[in-house]
Amino acid sequence: MTAATGTATAKPAGASARPGTFRLFANNRLAALGLAVLAAIVILALLAPVLPLDDPAVTDPANRLLPPGTAGHILGTDHLGRDILSRLFWGTRVSLAVGFSATLIAAFFGSLIGLVAGYVGGRTDSILMRSIDMLMAFPYILLALGIVAVLGPGLLNALYAIAVVNIPFFARNIRGVTRGLAHREFVDAARLSGKSHAGVLFTEVTPNVLPVIVITMSSTVGWMILETAGLSFLGLGVQPPQADLGSMLGEGRKLLFNAPFVSIIPGVTIFAIVMSINLVGDGIRDVLDPRLRSGALARPSARTRVDRREAPPMPSESSGTALDLVDLKTEFRVGSSVYRAVGGVSLDLKDKECLGLVGESGSGKSVTAMSVLGLVATPPGAIVGGRVMVDGEDLLEVSDEALRRLRGGRISMIFQDPLSTLHPLFTVGDQIAEAIRSHHPVGHAEAWKRAVDLLELVRIPNARQRAGSYPHELSGGMRQRVCIAMALANDSGIMIADEPTTALDVTVQAQVLRLLDDLRKEKGAAVLFITHDFGVVSEICDRVAVMYAGRIVELGTTEDVLSRPAHPYTRKLIDCVPILGDPERRLDAIDGLPPSVARLPPGCAFADRCPQVREDCRSGDIALTATGGRSVRCLYPLVETVE
Amino acid sequence: MTALMTVKGVEKRFGGGRTLLGGPKKAVHAVQGIDVVVNRGETLGIVGESGCGKSTLARMLVGLDRPSSGSIRIEGVDPTDFERGNARALARKIQYVFQDPVSSLNPRKTIRTILEIPMVHLRGLDKPAREARLAELMQAVKLSPEFLDRYPHEFSGGQAQRIGIARALAAEPELIILDEPVSALDVSVQAQVLNLLEDLQSRFDLTYVFISHDLSVVESVSDRVAVMYFGRIVEYADARDLFREPRHPYTRLLFDAAPVPGKRSVRSEEEPAELPDPYAPPPGCAFAPRCPNARERCRTERPDLDSHRYSRGHSAACFFPVRR
Repeated sequence: MTAATGTATAKPAGASARPGTFRLFANNRLAALGLAVLAAIVILALLAPVLPLDDPAVTDPANRLLPPGTAGHILGTDHLGRDILSRLFWGTRVSLAVGFSATLIAAFFGSLIGLVAGYVGGRTDSILMRSIDMLMAFPYILLALGIVAVLGPGLLNALYAIAVVNIPFFARNIRGVTRGLAHREFVDAARLSGKSHAGVLFTEVTPNVLPVIVITMSSTVGWMILETAGLSFLGLGVQPPQADLGSMLGEGRKLLFNAPFVSIIPGVTIFAIVMSINLVGDGIRDVLDPRLRSGALARPSARTRVDRREAPPMPSESSGTALDLVDLKTEFRVGSSVYRAVGGVSLDLKDKECLGLVGESGSGKSVTAMSVLGLVATPPGAIVGGRVMVDGEDLLEVSDEALRRLRGGRISMIFQDPLSTLHPLFTVGDQIAEAIRSHHPVGHAEAWKRAVDLLELVRIPNARQRAGSYPHELSGGMRQRVCIAMALANDSGIMIADEPTTALDVTVQAQVLRLLDDLRKEKGAAVLFITHDFGVVSEICDRVAVMYAGRIVELGTTEDVLSRPAHPYTRKLIDCVPILGDPERRLDAIDGLPPSVARLPPGCAFADRCPQVREDCRSGDIALTATGGRSVRCLYPLVETVE
Repeated sequence: MTALMTVKGVEKRFGGGRTLLGGPKKAVHAVQGIDVVVNRGETLGIVGESGCGKSTLARMLVGLDRPSSGSIRIEGVDPTDFERGNARALARKIQYVFQDPVSSLNPRKTIRTILEIPMVHLRGLDKPAREARLAELMQAVKLSPEFLDRYPHEFSGGQAQRIGIARALAAEPELIILDEPVSALDVSVQAQVLNLLEDLQSRFDLTYVFISHDLSVVESVSDRVAVMYFGRIVEYADARDLFREPRHPYTRLLFDAAPVPGKRSVRSEEEPAELPDPYAPPPGCAFAPRCPNARERCRTERPDLDSHRYSRGHSAACFFPVRR
């Protein structure tokens, strides 16, 4: 279980590096064991006609109830003297055949109903699903009994009954998934490409539902075999003299005390079949379920694993520095590849300063921020080098308890999407109060009062009333204000804001930026502000660091960097943004894509896209050279970085 | 200039009707009273913030949703096709590029299959013609032909958006509705896609409706611009006029709120502002509660686009527009 899901967690997606589907399955030992047992049973059942077995239906009253181990009857004989081994093989054959065919029938019709109901929606959906609900309202065994009663007992009728009883299970599962897919953009896109509704449903939606159908099948086969056995046990399925596992069990029931082996042997076989099928089913689900595959259900540890090969020497404590990152390195290990998301970042955040960290997606700016408080998910992430210095302490070395106190205490964070950072089931007042109480020994009433004060501080109108609201009742801007209030709850000296305004509308962004700027000055907090937008940087940051492919390529005061960028990447990044009031400017796009951090080139990572590239840019490590307040990682900077 | 598409009084309601017990259900007017003309060969920009109804409008323009009332006409297409939602007839004329490039591509199909669907269903091309067209399309969106046999998850956002654009082109449309085509992309990639769109427009004589929340992007691509707020167009003008001299206080606010690199220029409202409750829209101007110019009349009477015609083709739905 853990082996299979752990390796599938992937932040930087890389298809080739991920272990294959079968290997993932085989990593799951229980599932592999289940598969082996099931395969053995299926092969033996298939081989029944060619194996040297007695005729399962021939009675021999003289030799009835021979115990297992008797010569000629390894598993003994039943009450009519029939060879139990032979009946077991033939019976397993019947049980498996009925179980599998009933699953196929139920899967086909159930999925069809689910697909149509989920895709068409509206009235069709209501009618189909209410009919399914009615079917489900009957206890399943009663329904099966009813169907068999109408059709008459017999193997085929039992099969139909079981299939019908299980249709709702498939229909509901598939309908749910289809409903989610039917509103996806690729479905609209296929419609606009000229496909008919039926075409969209069967060629676009169905392939995406298929894994769910397979998962549902694998988890129902065992159940269906049990139901077949149940009906046969009651005498409604297989008719004598034919054997299946359920009828053998039923026949043995009367002899449970005199000859327990007659019922124990088929009982154990049913157990082995159902157990192995369920194990295989779980394995298949773990491999195919995209949620499990993406690692959403894997349990990351409470803090990022620190696995430093060598730590740089402790820097001398410098006053006026709130947060000092020294050569920080964070990696993700996925399959056989290593993604060097942060490849040696050194950064000092001064007291009361707002430092912008700018970069495109995948540049490592968020991972840098998350590494500070050990919030990078492990597995697959690990901090492999550097130091994170706060108040003379290396946060990579402090105890879990000390780190927990720092989180939301000395250092607080504000994330991009307030809807997913706030808990949907608690009021915002409760959540702020909780943030206060986890750091201060105050009562609930006192914490609540402070929470209301904080909401007033972030200028939420009717703070007293709004404290009782749930996150979904607030607009995006209001929610982000709540997150800011929470970050301020414990007078943090350091705030890390990860794209706090990216999800907001411009007019709301303007308000939130202003609020953040006012509050940090009022509270004297240092802010590490992560963004991709140079406009936002100009608005709020004192200094700015530009990241590319996991490293800082330029650092300086906002004004300097924006008016006279020294690194060609910074220059290009500024030039490719349209500027309001200057529509005629042809945007100077950067050709190509950033390199994958799993396969960084030697030398400058930007070399392939750089217009100024020369031969020596492509070899050796290029250092971040500092002159005055300005640093740049380039051999041929665009401007002289004089003091 | 000739009109390619004419939109008159288009309105979209969600909800409404009666409950089982006969009581009225609440209705939301997502879009109301939209009158726009899209001229052949131009780019019409539509700007607005979330909840202003721009995506609802876009879906109606391309026929994915039907308007609750009003009409959409496009030259060369039977008007009843819009009313019947005849997607196939419309799709030969109008195509759509989605905001999220990756989720608009079916994860289980190769790029070749995705691009061939419109060729088969809308243009009826045979195999050799499709092959030729595929090569041409990939070259047009500057992607290597070897990408054809890969799956969508192997592409970055910018590459996936090029594929989305190629798919729209495969139908050989005259009009392409671009719904926030670059907002999910990184800035460096955004510029590549914007430049590509510009090249394609002149090469294939395309007309664009470009929808975005980003003023600077809209300014750089549009010939004319409509600004939307709370389901209505509040200002409608040539791009140059609009950006030189915004008349509606909301447009002004949008301009002031947009951060500009290298400048500390953002001005924001004093009080946190929110959109009105869509279930109980105010009787007057929807922007009045946030508007610095609002007077009594604004709260009781709703201004329409004829309230203030500043010059030819420049109108603002405002009684007391911003003056220079």
